[in-house]
This record gives sequence, C-alpha cells and structure tokens, in this order.
Amino acid sequence: MNINKDLMAASATPLVLAILAEGDSYGYAIIKRVRELSDGQLEWTDGMLYPVLHRLERLEFIKARWGKSETGRKRKYYQLTSQGKAQLAEHRQQWQAVDHALRLVWNIMAPLPQAAC
Amino acid sequence: MADTLIDIEAMIADWRRFLGQRRVLAPEDIDELEDHLRGQVAELQSRGLSEDEAFLVAIRRLGKIDAISREFALEHTDRLWKHLVMAGQDAAGAGFNREMVVALLLAVGAAVSLKFWDITGLFPLQPDQELPLFYLVNAPFFVLPWLCGYFFWKRGLSNGHLLKLVIPFLVAALVANAYPFARAGNTQVLSILHMPIALWLVVGLAYAGERWASVNGRMDFVRFTGEQFIYYLLIAIGGWIFIGLTFILFSSIGMNPERLAFTWVLPCGMNGAFIVAAWLVESKQGVIENIAPVLTRVFTPLFTLLLAGFLVTKLVTGQGISMEREVLIVYDIVLVLVLGLLLYSLSARDVEAPPNLFDKLQVMLVVFALLSDLIALVAIAGRISEFGLSPNRVAALGENLILLVNLAWSAVLYFRFAWGRGALAPLVSWQTGYLPVYAAWAAVVVVVFPPLFSFQ
Repeated sequence: MNINKDLMAASATPLVLAILAEGDSYGYAIIKRVRELSDGQLEWTDGMLYPVLHRLERLEFIKARWGKSETGRKRKYYQLTSQGKAQLAEHRQQWQAVDHALRLVWNIMAPLPQAAC
Repeated sequence: MADTLIDIEAMIADWRRFLGQRRVLAPEDIDELEDHLRGQVAELQSRGLSEDEAFLVAIRRLGKIDAISREFALEHTDRLWKHLVMAGQDAAGAGFNREMVVALLLAVGAAVSLKFWDITGLFPLQPDQELPLFYLVNAPFFVLPWLCGYFFWKRGLSNGHLLKLVIPFLVAALVANAYPFARAGNTQVLSILHMPIALWLVVGLAYAGERWASVNGRMDFVRFTGEQFIYYLLIAIGGWIFIGLTFILFSSIGMNPERLAFTWVLPCGMNGAFIVAAWLVESKQGVIENIAPVLTRVFTPLFTLLLAGFLVTKLVTGQGISMEREVLIVYDIVLVLVLGLLLYSLSARDVEAPPNLFDKLQVMLVVFALLSDLIALVAIAGRISEFGLSPNRVAALGENLILLVNLAWSAVLYFRFAWGRGALAPLVSWQTGYLPVYAAWAAVVVVVFPPLFSFQ
C-alpha cells in the first residue's frame, strides 16, 4: 500500500518522538522500529529521516550526541528532551482526536472489502 | 573474503566522496548516513545477500541523493546560503551576465543620482571647498534606494512589497530635507548619523523579502551586511590606489587631476561601488565566506584584550570618560563592533557543533562590553542629572540602554550555551529579533528628536 506523502510527513514527527520516548536511539534503529510498528506499511525513504531528526534537534525536542556503535564506529544517538516530551503529548492528543473521528465514521460506513487492504 | 572486505570499504569511500561534493552535507551528516548504510548492509547480509548486493540495496533504500540533499538544504538554510544548491542549478551561464548588467546599471544610476545635483549646478562640488551639507544629509538616498531596487528585482518581490520599501524612503527624505534645522546643529548632525541606520532596515526588508519574519532570513541579512562591508572596504582600498595613480600619472605631464579625482571618480566610485559590492556578495559568496570567519577569529581575542585593558585602566586610574560626541560615537562603535563580531561568528557557526573555547572567549568579550557600556551609561546619566537633557545626551542614553539590554541578555544566553546548559538557537533568535530595535531607535532620533528639541 502506498501511503500519501503528506500523511507520511505529518506522522513522522510524532512517530520519531514516540520511538525516542521508548529510549535513546539512532537513525537506522529508528527506521527499523517504524517498519516494525507499521508491519512494513510505512516505508520511509531512509535518507529522509535525517533532515527530520535535525529539524527536531534544532527545535530542541531532541538532543544528539556522538557515541560508539557495537563495532566501535561513530554513531549519532538521539535523546528526547523535556520539551520533546511535552510536544509528544500534544501530538498524541491531536492524533487521538483525528483517530477518534475517523474510527466513528469508518464504523458508520460499509466495511472495507478485505482484499483491498 | 579479504577481497570483498576491501571492496565494500572502497565502495563506501567512493560513496562518501560523492556525497562530499554536495556541500550542503556536512562531514558529520555523512558520518551519520554512513552509519545508517553500514547498519542496513549488515542486516541485508545477515539475510543472505552478498556484500555488493547488500550495498546496492542499502544505497537504494537511502534514497536519491539529490532529493536528500534538497531536504538537508531546506533544513539547514545556513549551508544553503553558502552553496546555493537550489538556485544555482538553472542559472549557470546566462543568468550571471544579466544580473551583472542590472547591477552595473543600478550602480551607474546611483552615481548619476548624486552627480545630477553637481552637474545641474544646484549643489556644485568643488575640490577645494567644503562639501555642501546637502550631500551629507542625502547620502543614503543616493545609494540605498538603488540597492533596494536591486533586491526587489533579484528576489522578484510583489508590488505590495514595493510600497513597504518606497514609503520609508519618501518619509525619510522628507524629514531630512524639510525639517527647519538649525544649520549643522546637534539635531541635524544626529539625524545625519542615524538616518543610514534606520534605512538599513528597509534594505533588510528588500533583501530578505518574505523571509524577513524568519530567523534564517534575518541571519542571512546579517551575513550580507558583514560581507558587503568587507567587499566595500576592499574596493575602497583599490579605489584609493586608483586615485593615487591617477594623480601621479597626470601630474607627471603637468596636469592637475584634482577636479577629475574629487568631483568625478571619488563620488561616483563611492556610490557605484556600494551596489557592485552588494552584487559581488550575492554572486561570489564563496570567496568572502572563507575570510569572514577568519576575521572574527582574529579580532575577537583582540577586542577582548582591548576592552579588558580599558576596564582595568579605568578602574586603576579612576579616570572619568570624556563626553564629547565623537568619543561617545567611538564608544558606541566599539560596542556595536563587539555585537557584530558576536553576530558574525554566530552566523558563520555550525549551530549543531558543541561549545568550544572560542565560545567562552566570546562570552568574556560580551561581559567586558557590558561593563564598558555600564560605565558609559553611568557617565551619561551623571551628565544628564548635572546639565539636563540635550539631544546628544538623550540619543547616547538611548543607544547605550539598547546595547545594554542586548548585551546583558546575550551574555546570559551565551553563558548558558558555552557552559553546556542551553542551546545556541535562543541566542541566535534573540539577536536577530533585536535588529529592528536599533532601526526603531534611529528612526526616533531622526523623526522625533528634531521637533522635540526645536531643531537646535
């Protein structure tokens, strides 16, 4: 399934923040986690994650530090800040409102044929 | 196995070199992308792909480098400014020349708008006589509107924007020329000194266009200001050498080139060079970009020493400061230069780099400037309570208060950053947000002061 670009862009921030709320992480692990959470439905172009991370860092929602990977290479780790936590809570409320409304309307409509999923 | 190991390292090295050409990608960004690539390759290999297959798939997943660079450019406009990846693509050859023609025409326009008053005999320029006051009063109007015109053309601004640029100039020209000043009195001299400061903000509006509201837009304007200053200085040095050579050559054949040099070459050159300098900044950014950070690095320690020495001497000797207008101006220039050094090093800085020793030095510089400003303020306040209000004293008081507020809060924000308790971004947005305050105060001095002090 191809998810609309705008929808991907809009969901990127809450997803990244929420994943970092589980614990500090780095780029590749974040992408893997997104795939895992969405059963592979959300396929980001991997490289696009990094500008998003840098934007969140500039906004001080997350903090970066250079560490080492298991093999001893340089690796940039990201950590959620308290501002990021507040932002995440905000996102969560907004998305829940959207989700709630959509659920209601889906229930009213005729069920989607299984094959189309 | 050893073979393929070298292979992938070579491929990654090649890939890094390729990314390195995209100058929006800093080496740290490439490190981060490389870590990603290696993670992906390792995982694909563990699923049974060969090394080079895994490498190819991983590269593909990373996405098109063009698109990624563009995203990086959007996020890091400071780097974009340096390398113009987006704008430079379509205008490689033809655009350059057209812009040069426009810039040169505007430069000629600036020169003509000054020379007009001389040629028509309204305000004749005489090499052996004092410069008519008219030229000092109107100097900004011979240059800055043309500069705004250049940016208006270059940025393709809307007509609504045009009004925002034209109206301030009209008001300013009216105020400068129609106020019944006492000739070369204090309020007129203050007006002449503050007019360029107030109007420079209008240039900023033209320069940044719609981006004036954003921190990045204003920061770009700060960069532009610093670089134009450097370019102008370089051209001016060349200009003086040129005039000197003109003298020597013509004198050698028994002619006196005074008239040519001081009523044509100098005024036209001064005005035209201003526009040319702006065009050079816009089209040849790479050249100065390497000089400017070096200059800030050189002068920050020097200014820190200067102010430290000044403060210590002042404390030891207990000497009061002189209240001549010239001295106060130099005082303010030093403080503004400190802020300029601060702003400039901020604008050339990688916002994500951690604080280093240089930042601590700069905090010291700001603190010293703050103390110097306090000393000046105390002296000015003393003078006011002793001799009452005068236009010069009130203007100086206002300027030093504005600088004090800026320096004090900058010191706090910078201190937090340099000692790892905060980010750099608040300092940058504080500084860029403060820019209109200077212009607003200058506008007050230009517009409100003369009637307030009955044009004396």
